[in-house]
Amino acid sequence: MNYSYTILILLLPVLIFLFIGLMGDKMKPQLSGLLGTSGLFVITLLSYFTAFNFFDHRVDESFQAIEVFQLLWLRFTDSLIIHIGILLDPLSVMMLVVITTVSLMVHIYSLGYMKGEKGFARYYAFLSLFTFSMLGLVLATNIFQMYIFWELVGVSSYLLIGFYYERPSAVAAAKKAFIVTRFADLGFLIGILILSFYTNTFDFIALTDLNGLAITQPTTAVFMGLSVTTWAMLLIFMGGAGKSAMFPLHIWLPDAMEGPTPVSALIHAATMVVAGVYLVARLFPLYSYTSPDSLEVIAYIGSFTSLFAAIIACTQLDIKRVLAFSTLSQIGYMMVALGVSGYGAEGLGYMASLFHLFTHAFFKALLFLGAGSVIHAVHSNLMTDMGGLKKYMPITHITFLIACLTIAGIPPLSGFFSKDEILVAAFEHNKIIFAVQWLVAGITAFYMFRLYFNIFWNHTPEYHHTPHESPATMTIPLIFLALASVFSGFVPFHDLVTSDGNPLHTEFHWMIAGPSILIAVIGISVAYMLYAKKNSKPESIATSLKGFYNMAYHKFYIDEVYLFITHKVIFYFISRPVAWFDRHIVDGTMNLIGNTTVYFSGAIKKMQSGQMQWYIWYFTSGVLLLVFLVMYLN
Amino acid sequence: MNPLLILLIIPLLTIVGIAFVKDLTKVRLVSAIGMSGQLIFSFILLYLFYQQRNTGNTDDMLFVSTTMWYEAFNIQLKFGIDGISMAMIMLTSIVTFAGIFASWQVEHLPKEFFISLIILAGGVFGFFISLDLFTMFLFYEMAVIPMYLLIGLWGSGPKEYSAMKLTLMLMGGSALLMVGLLGIYFNSAPDGGRLTYDLTEIAKVNIPLAAQLFFFPFTFIGFGVLGAMFPFHTWSPDGHASAPTAVSMLHAGVLMKLGGYGCFRVAMYLLPEAAHELAWIFITLTSISVVYGAFGAIWQKDLKYINAYSSVSHCGLVLFALLMMNETATTGAILQMISHGLMTALFFALIGMIYGRTHTRMINEMGGLMKVIPFLSVIYVIAGLASLGLPGLSGFVAEMTIFVGAFQHTDMFHRMATIVAISSIVITAVYILRVVGTLLLGPITNNHYLDLKDAQWFEKISGVTLVIAIAIIGLTPFWLSDLIREPLAQMIQTLTN
Repeated sequence: MNYSYTILILLLPVLIFLFIGLMGDKMKPQLSGLLGTSGLFVITLLSYFTAFNFFDHRVDESFQAIEVFQLLWLRFTDSLIIHIGILLDPLSVMMLVVITTVSLMVHIYSLGYMKGEKGFARYYAFLSLFTFSMLGLVLATNIFQMYIFWELVGVSSYLLIGFYYERPSAVAAAKKAFIVTRFADLGFLIGILILSFYTNTFDFIALTDLNGLAITQPTTAVFMGLSVTTWAMLLIFMGGAGKSAMFPLHIWLPDAMEGPTPVSALIHAATMVVAGVYLVARLFPLYSYTSPDSLEVIAYIGSFTSLFAAIIACTQLDIKRVLAFSTLSQIGYMMVALGVSGYGAEGLGYMASLFHLFTHAFFKALLFLGAGSVIHAVHSNLMTDMGGLKKYMPITHITFLIACLTIAGIPPLSGFFSKDEILVAAFEHNKIIFAVQWLVAGITAFYMFRLYFNIFWNHTPEYHHTPHESPATMTIPLIFLALASVFSGFVPFHDLVTSDGNPLHTEFHWMIAGPSILIAVIGISVAYMLYAKKNSKPESIATSLKGFYNMAYHKFYIDEVYLFITHKVIFYFISRPVAWFDRHIVDGTMNLIGNTTVYFSGAIKKMQSGQMQWYIWYFTSGVLLLVFLVMYLN
Repeated sequence: MNPLLILLIIPLLTIVGIAFVKDLTKVRLVSAIGMSGQLIFSFILLYLFYQQRNTGNTDDMLFVSTTMWYEAFNIQLKFGIDGISMAMIMLTSIVTFAGIFASWQVEHLPKEFFISLIILAGGVFGFFISLDLFTMFLFYEMAVIPMYLLIGLWGSGPKEYSAMKLTLMLMGGSALLMVGLLGIYFNSAPDGGRLTYDLTEIAKVNIPLAAQLFFFPFTFIGFGVLGAMFPFHTWSPDGHASAPTAVSMLHAGVLMKLGGYGCFRVAMYLLPEAAHELAWIFITLTSISVVYGAFGAIWQKDLKYINAYSSVSHCGLVLFALLMMNETATTGAILQMISHGLMTALFFALIGMIYGRTHTRMINEMGGLMKVIPFLSVIYVIAGLASLGLPGLSGFVAEMTIFVGAFQHTDMFHRMATIVAISSIVITAVYILRVVGTLLLGPITNNHYLDLKDAQWFEKISGVTLVIAIAIIGLTPFWLSDLIREPLAQMIQTLTN
């Protein structure tokens, strides 16, 4: 099978980016939108074509990774070489489908949502840049190529969060997102350096080959009581945790909601934020064989984040922030699944994690785009400004309801299947984590329906303009994603994307599915009782849980801790003293040397007075001194 | 004739041309033509260089020519280049070209200004093609001295103080350097025979260890002062703040590279054993430089100070990488010199252009410039992204090569120093985004800014040239990396044996 056409998947978006970026000002805004969208349509078709071809060709029951091409980009040493290439394996092909699908939907949706915005062309240029970077990231053949695109994804995210650059909050959010992820990338980079130094390769196939040196002969070096491999894998995970906004590096994601809503759907819900999951999955054999300890860490961090974020989501009033915390929580699920997974036949968690990544991309993008449709209609992000919208916006209402049911895990929607697999995997590995994830499933159902009832039911406030349904460019993506949310659960994922490329045998467990449906129904019912009609119960509950409610409402004050560290410690306790030290001590020394010289020359310059009698006086005393010295020394 | 001499003849002819024309427009025209010619010629030289290599010429140095200049002390005019000097020549001609266009609006004594600027550039070209320590030193001084006039006459702010400080500190460096060079000269024939300044000859002899240990610090620090090594960097913020745009560009862009280049080609290459013995001191100093400069930049409010401190950080990385003494790290160091040269020249050009419009360099007095001068602002963002190491632009390539190279050392000291240096990528992001956020984004703070005009044609030429160079290196780094690496294999072998 010849896959050389896949190079177009990388080339097209970058060409569109350059074209719109350079020419955007000179053409009609709508034209750049259409150009970006039609370009992406072609890319999507190519990706689907690639996926059909790839999943159609098994070699002895399993899928083989294919390196379509490798171009030398930069040579560090004889063995450490950065290539730019394309790697096709079940994981990357699956991501290809997810990214292009969601990106296409967002491109179409934005034609309506962003209509009339200043910088429409710039918006589409950035979307193309993002799509390019994200595709390059998942298709990377080696870890350094991945790092390159990882950074590019970060900067695209920076540019898009700060799209409304005249708004100070957007600028601050963009900066925060970039710096927090940059800090995480520092770990990633050091991790790459350690790993590549000891394995002497960047190449994914060599790194994850079960018979390769990286796995069969990991280094025995130890640093501070932990094996160097574990350090490397944990540091690499740190990069993933930054992008995927795992606790405690999650603080940038809620703020990132300052970007346009379709951007939140694409970058901060469906694609970029799962890059961390993708990263761990990409290196999974290494994690599983050489450093199971780091997988434990990943499981616990994922589990904690999912609970923590779910609790905060129950208290937020900004609908995009609720969704942002929900994203954190769902990515937590994916991390848990990877953390509890084994390799090969024990690889249920791995499969479940990516299955959830797949379904989550659709229903979370749907939720964000639905929220965008609502915001577009009422011109506010706050759920207190909303209510009773179901009669004004029927399509948005139905699709949003489908998405809520999906994320709550109601069968037979896709979220049910993927979450169920995660719970099974967690149950087999660690009962405590299972219990937490089961509880989080209930909280998820509650906060999602709190959101749903508050937007579409409850009491109708006085709207300035009567809200109306969004245009077709916005509703068509909603309908498409709703269909994807309903049916993507039936994709035979265990046959397609597994840790070793072989089909995985899975069973359906009523013992797990039953309780998980039960707790979802309980969550929905509680939300119904509290929020379906306007009443005083929510407030009285909030008052009775005052302390805890306030903590959760303020996101457990993590932002304040960071603010303290960055502003007070780094700014005032490091930078300012450094600047002071430099001006006063280092430069002061230099000035001191200069001033001393001036002083001494001032002191001796009087000797050059031009008066002959003084010169004779110096001359005679000098001669006398010499004579005296000669006599005395003899 | 040796094609390298053309690199000196073109500036000379340009200076003569400027001296003979009368009005301002012609002065500009002659300078622009001359330096465009220089740029074109350096591309031709690159082509000739590859042609020589492709026809199987494997000499270390190409286009070598020797003329005895002063028989008594065996001083020669010896020229020749390898891949490293070739790359530095390209850098110099690009930055000079951009610098001429960035100073298009100099109206006070234009003749004298452009002549001094071109003498400076000529000195730099001469330095990079010299293979004789004495001539090298001569060209080095020729590049440093016009700086005094350029800052003192055409500068701004406390220009006399800054010009004096910069010149004196660099002269102090030169004094140390002179001692070092003479030390090398008098030990260049330990087994008897003729003393020599010839770099390639000295590389073949073993200078006694005691002499190496004594003269290495002189030579290294002497060049290090120019390379803004902590704690000898304080001429840089004041000097740049007062210097006119093109002077800052040339100074930070190419003149500071003389420091790094000299540290490697003279101090370390000729005194290898001492370099090994004493590396730990300078590694400590330079890794401090890297972080210290970055932290210092966070606190500054004047755009030129920010960039000057950022240069301390980036140039610190150059020396840091050189001291790692392996092929990869050294390649990274040279790449970083080129990358930093282009980036910082671009920064200073833009700062000059912004200052020309808003008449302030204080970031807290400005805001929202993206809306009124989008062209300059976008280029500023690109320069910023290059500086914080975004892939696809030159900074990333250089930094990653350095980090991978530095990490090849397995001992704790090198590892820790490397991790300290790597952490600068986060701090850099902080100050760059702070500047971009306050200066360019956000609402417009001053209503007078609403009618600012965006870049004029000559400003566009200057900015776009540098951006293109940064992007070419960032997108296709392999050729430059191979060009630089080619002579290094042999040099590093000398260093490690």
